[in-house]
Amino acid sequence: MTRAPILTVDGLSKRFGGLVAVDGLSFSVYPGEIVGLLGPNGSGKTTTMHLISGALKPSAGSIRLGGDEIAGQPPYRIARLGIARTFQLVRVLGSMTCLENVQAGLAFGPGALAGKAAAQRAHALLERVGMHPLADRPAGELTYLDQTRLELARALAVRPRLLLLDEWLAGLNPSELVEGIALLRALREDGITMVLVEHVMDAIRSLCDRCVVMNAGRKIADAQPEAALSDPEVVRAYLGDDDA
Amino acid sequence: MTLRQLLLLTAGVGLLAAAALTPLIGSGYAMSMAINLLMFTALATAWALFSGPTGYISLATVAFFGIGAYTVAVVGEALPWGLVLALAAGLGFLVALVVGLSTLRLRGVYFVIFTFGLAELIRQLVTWYEANHAGSVGRFVFLDISQAQIVWQLTAVTAVVFLLGALLQRSRLGLTLRMIGDDETVALHCGANTTAAKLLAFSLSAALMALVGAIVAPRWTYLDPTIAFNPVVSFQVLIMALLGGAGRLYGPLLGVIPLVLLFEYLSAHFPNHFSILLGVTFLAIVYLVPNGVAGLAERYLGRPRPSQPAAAAPAQPKEGTS
Repeated sequence: MTRAPILTVDGLSKRFGGLVAVDGLSFSVYPGEIVGLLGPNGSGKTTTMHLISGALKPSAGSIRLGGDEIAGQPPYRIARLGIARTFQLVRVLGSMTCLENVQAGLAFGPGALAGKAAAQRAHALLERVGMHPLADRPAGELTYLDQTRLELARALAVRPRLLLLDEWLAGLNPSELVEGIALLRALREDGITMVLVEHVMDAIRSLCDRCVVMNAGRKIADAQPEAALSDPEVVRAYLGDDDA
Repeated sequence: MTLRQLLLLTAGVGLLAAAALTPLIGSGYAMSMAINLLMFTALATAWALFSGPTGYISLATVAFFGIGAYTVAVVGEALPWGLVLALAAGLGFLVALVVGLSTLRLRGVYFVIFTFGLAELIRQLVTWYEANHAGSVGRFVFLDISQAQIVWQLTAVTAVVFLLGALLQRSRLGLTLRMIGDDETVALHCGANTTAAKLLAFSLSAALMALVGAIVAPRWTYLDPTIAFNPVVSFQVLIMALLGGAGRLYGPLLGVIPLVLLFEYLSAHFPNHFSILLGVTFLAIVYLVPNGVAGLAERYLGRPRPSQPAAAAPAQPKEGTS
């Protein structure tokens, strides 16, 4: 791709005391791409998501969204610049209705909506993720699956240029998985760029244009899914030396 | 405006009118009761403006209330009354702003303890200053303000508190505060500047509390830090708001009325056991009505939007099996 990257991560590091969770990570994401962020447990994927979304401040390195340096900025400012996220352990605004949850995502930043316009847009977004009939339910009463879908609708309400999904497909049964993958693919058609942390290999193979594989905080591969997954170093990271 | 809102509005205006009329028809005792009711209604509702939606339980009510009262004690005679009130509210706002910057990072029980400590700290600071620099710990408040005028001023402030509360619920700030109460991390990642929202709401609530403190200060002709910064007031306001239900604008009022009457009865008949009985009341309320009277009422009288969940119900089986 020759276009300018939408997200550029350069030399990103995060230390927790003596532990280096992310160690000099660099990668780029181009507009319209779905990039998978993979790696064994504890390799720094979720920490990287936290750094990009502003939940954690990097120890070193830079993160650029388009032309803006966002490393170390507070999360609300990063959200307003166009990075929305879901959480590894699903988080909804439990006392509010589904509609209000989505309106919460619409209420801030440039292009914010309120009142009737917000309600209309929120209904449309709920319909998008197939939750329209539950609009007036308190979010805390939903099943886990519905909560994940609500989270996605709320993230879309933030009007993201870049969407970070942290194991959004985890815990789905095979038919739900097919639906979920179709939904994410439809979102890409709308021009939303995504970075996903994912363990579901079917989803990675069918969705991702490219995979960045991490191990112990470092990048060990950055290629198309098949190439990345068959890379000897990636196999070694997942399965140990004997299988490489 | 729905029928329900209209009913609430009528009830509110009726209650305020009744309060404002007490000085014309009631005895001195009735006026004193009206002052107590209005004072705690304004304080508890102001408390719930911030603590209700966010779940940040503050025990600093009396810090701001006392700042208001002390403003009157110090400059009450030197400045015109309107200016004194404005100064009290401004000071409450400023102190809350400074304190909020450092404490609103704390959550849960740490925030509760800090606010309690703050009220005590301010009390000790005032005591220290008065003893070492003003020469005497107490001050006399001789102002030409009658009981009736206090009632009317409190009625006006209570009306302002409710008006602000109603505006807040419709505003983006109100939405932000509710989001913070549910999940502050989610609020941040939705683009909400949660620190600014908390600071603004906390300071606004504090300014109103200081205003109430200033208005009732002339009631005491003598004021010292143990009177103005009496921590029991913070606990009373807290328990009234919780009994009524801090999640609704009219909730605290439902707790203020029974508890002001109860406290009145207890302090008249059991002056020596007041604190013990107060504690028992706290325990009973938290144990028996965790969602407050407003929550109970809505459970038994129906929620404001009863038809919508029912309308969504037919879609349920499909959702469940998808």
